[in-house]
Amino acid sequence: MAATLDQTIAQKQHTLLSRVFATQTFWVVIAVILACLFLSFATDSFATPKNLYNITRNITFVAIVALGMTFVIITGGIDLSVGSVLCLCSMILAVTMHAGYSIEIGIAAAIGTALIVGAFNGVLIAYLGFPPFVVTLGMLSIARSLAMVASNNTVVFQFGPDHDKLLALGGGAWLFGIANPVLYMILLALITGFVLRWTKFGRHIFAIGGNEHAATLTGVPVRQIKVAVYMISALAAGIAGIIQTGWLGAVTTNLGNGMELQVIAATVIGGANLAGGVGTAFGAIVGAALIEVIRNSLGLLGINAFWQGVFIGGAILLAVLFDRIRNFRRSD
Amino acid sequence: MAVLELTNISKHFGAIQAVNDVSLSIEPGQVVGLMGDNGAGKSTLVKMIAGNFRPSHGTMQMDGKDLILHKPVEARQHGIEIVHQDLALCNNLTAAANVYLGRELRRGVGPFRILDYAAMYKRAGQIFAVLKSETRPRDLVKQMSGGQRQAVAIARTMLSQAKIVLMDEPTAAISVRQVAEVLNLIRHLRDQGISVVLISHRMPDVFDVADRVIVMRRGRKVADKTIASSSPEEVTGLITGAIEQVS
Repeated sequence: MAATLDQTIAQKQHTLLSRVFATQTFWVVIAVILACLFLSFATDSFATPKNLYNITRNITFVAIVALGMTFVIITGGIDLSVGSVLCLCSMILAVTMHAGYSIEIGIAAAIGTALIVGAFNGVLIAYLGFPPFVVTLGMLSIARSLAMVASNNTVVFQFGPDHDKLLALGGGAWLFGIANPVLYMILLALITGFVLRWTKFGRHIFAIGGNEHAATLTGVPVRQIKVAVYMISALAAGIAGIIQTGWLGAVTTNLGNGMELQVIAATVIGGANLAGGVGTAFGAIVGAALIEVIRNSLGLLGINAFWQGVFIGGAILLAVLFDRIRNFRRSD
Repeated sequence: MAVLELTNISKHFGAIQAVNDVSLSIEPGQVVGLMGDNGAGKSTLVKMIAGNFRPSHGTMQMDGKDLILHKPVEARQHGIEIVHQDLALCNNLTAAANVYLGRELRRGVGPFRILDYAAMYKRAGQIFAVLKSETRPRDLVKQMSGGQRQAVAIARTMLSQAKIVLMDEPTAAISVRQVAEVLNLIRHLRDQGISVVLISHRMPDVFDVADRVIVMRRGRKVADKTIASSSPEEVTGLITGAIEQVS
């Protein structure tokens, strides 16, 4: 009897393979691969080095912000301000460098701005109990307005003495011809994945998303962690802003407009649950990839660009539909 | 010697006297049923033992030493563990993750420390084996029965060397078969030498598992006797006030 009890306790119910098949992320990966294969055969222009270089680089900006958003969404929150924060940080970087400061100071100012904005969001949400939706909606408006104030609503395209360094940072390809932004994305994704899976902080983020009350009762520092996740989200937006500035070589106050919706779409397609408690770094990347492949393919297949929203919206619904179907089966 | 001794404990919130001059002692390995109607003061009493409230008057002693608690964490450090009524479990995490929530095991050096999954699975499995509960540490709590969920919440209290486990209505909202499971868990705790304070409305549970019953009414302790020398009828009378007080 005791032996059977021990055996029961030691039993693993799921093999690695069955767990992989059960994730939404896996099926989105399959969808991305199938779409790429189809496009390689259907068009001559898809599987060219130039197009692939473009796609991978375009994925990165949404993907990097989505990595930060993943933290917030796992806690059950939402950050609508990321597009505006990206713009604000880009603008702070641009204005600082334009004024003649070095790239180091410019980046430090941009990162500092991101952290302050994130901390402001986080404190309002965690300590004053504001709903995340409302706080970050307010910040969406505030941050973009501040970007306009900082630049007097002009386009900044001259970055002072370190102009070339900044352009190399975002536009270069330092390793094996892979665009620099892609390298940053991979690095950040690895860090995110590690933090979520292997640290106490990551575990507590999942706990807050699963049952905030329980997390509080068991001694998890819920408030501090909530402030931290909004700071991480803003930081990710700031980093993406810096890289994007280097890549574009110019900053307008329109940068990142509407980006929050793409970012949220990417995380949700990648398997994160807006109710909290579920999400992965890999999912955020894959979700961003699917969106970009859809967009790219519509162009290559000669479909009117106005249809883009329909296809991306369809992908969101389809991804969540798969999740619902799995849950129905489980509850039966 | 008593593991926990309360002497003339009172608690008032403004003009409201929630607990009035209560003294009691809890012996090691004893299961004490704490009964009383809503508002009788039992949860206030428990919250003082758990470190949520500080008593207005009176002293608490643990193993003969004065016990002053400012925060729930301090109660835990002294070996007082609580199983909350809603169990405080995260459905999206595994059983082992829930058991270790807030005090995760890590390995590594200095700031480079990562979660020690293997050790947490192993230790959680050992605790479930002691509790004789068929609960797999790797399973998500979402998929578990009410009895297994109770086992997870109780396993949490056994991580450290708990001396007293306070259980708040553990059998309030679960099926009959699961109630039996939970009562067995309580017996296993007692067999480990851990004292259990069982706060419950359910007369059969208390008479099934407890050694002693303490009845509270309107902030006062009105009875404190062994189960053998009492009866459900008497306790009912004490709770409602039909019987004033017994010594």
